[in-house]
Amino acid sequence: MATTNPDSIPPDGRPYHEQPQWRNDFPIDWPQDELVARRDFTKFLVLTSLAFVVGQAWIAFENWSRKRQGRPPVHKIARVDEVPVGATRVFTYPVAHENCLLIRSGADRFVAYSQKCTHLSCAVTPTSRGLHCPCHNGWFDTATGQPTAGPPRRPLPRITLEIRDGVLYATGVEVRS
Amino acid sequence: MKRAFSREQKITIIYGILSIVLIIVILQLWLLTATMNAFLGGEESVIVPAAIASAVCFALNAGLLRYIYLMESR
Repeated sequence: MATTNPDSIPPDGRPYHEQPQWRNDFPIDWPQDELVARRDFTKFLVLTSLAFVVGQAWIAFENWSRKRQGRPPVHKIARVDEVPVGATRVFTYPVAHENCLLIRSGADRFVAYSQKCTHLSCAVTPTSRGLHCPCHNGWFDTATGQPTAGPPRRPLPRITLEIRDGVLYATGVEVRS
Repeated sequence: MKRAFSREQKITIIYGILSIVLIIVILQLWLLTATMNAFLGGEESVIVPAAIASAVCFALNAGLLRYIYLMESR
C-alpha cells in the first residue's frame, strides 16, 4: 500500500501509487534529508574555518621563529677582482641551501639577490634582458630586482653587501614587498 | 517558555546561518591569502591582527553551528 506521509514527497512530485515499489518500501523523508544535508555542510564549512585559523597561526609562528633567528651572519662571497665586470656568481646565504646571485654590473657596482623566484621559488638565471625565471617565464630587473614581466608580483629579496679590504661580504637579507 | 520551530522554519534558519557562515569563510580565505602575501613580502605588522580576526570569525562560526544543534535538539 502507498505511503501517505506528507513529509515524504518523492523527488519527481508524482503520487506514491505511481512510484516504483522500492520507493514505497523505503520512503525517504526529503525535508529531513535536506535539513541534515545543510547542517552537515555548515559543519564542514566550520571545520574549513578552523583550518584557516590553523593556517594563520602557522604564519604567526613562522614569523616569530624568523624574528627569533635575529640578523643573518656576515659571510664572505669573493674577492672583488675575482668577479669581472658583467659577470655573475652564485653563492649561498644565509644558510647552505639558499642560493643567491651576485652580479657585477659596473666597476664599483655590485648587486645580489636571492635566486628563488618570488612566484613559486624556481631558480632565476641572469640573461642580457634581466633575471629570468624559466618555470613560468617571469622576469626581474637586474638593477633593482623588481618584477618586470610574468607572474611574479614581489621583487627578489636583496642581499646587502659590503666591501672590506677588496673582499665582498654578504651582511643581510632585505625582504621587500 | 521557548517555542519549538516547525521544520520549515528550521530549514529557513539553517539556510540563513549557512549563508552567514559561507560569507565568513570566504572572508577568512581572503584574510589568509593577504596575510601570506604580507608575510612573504616582509610585512609583519598585519600578521597577529589577522590571526586574531580569523580566530574571532571561527568563534562566530562555531557559535552559529552550536545554535543549529541546540535548535534541533529542542
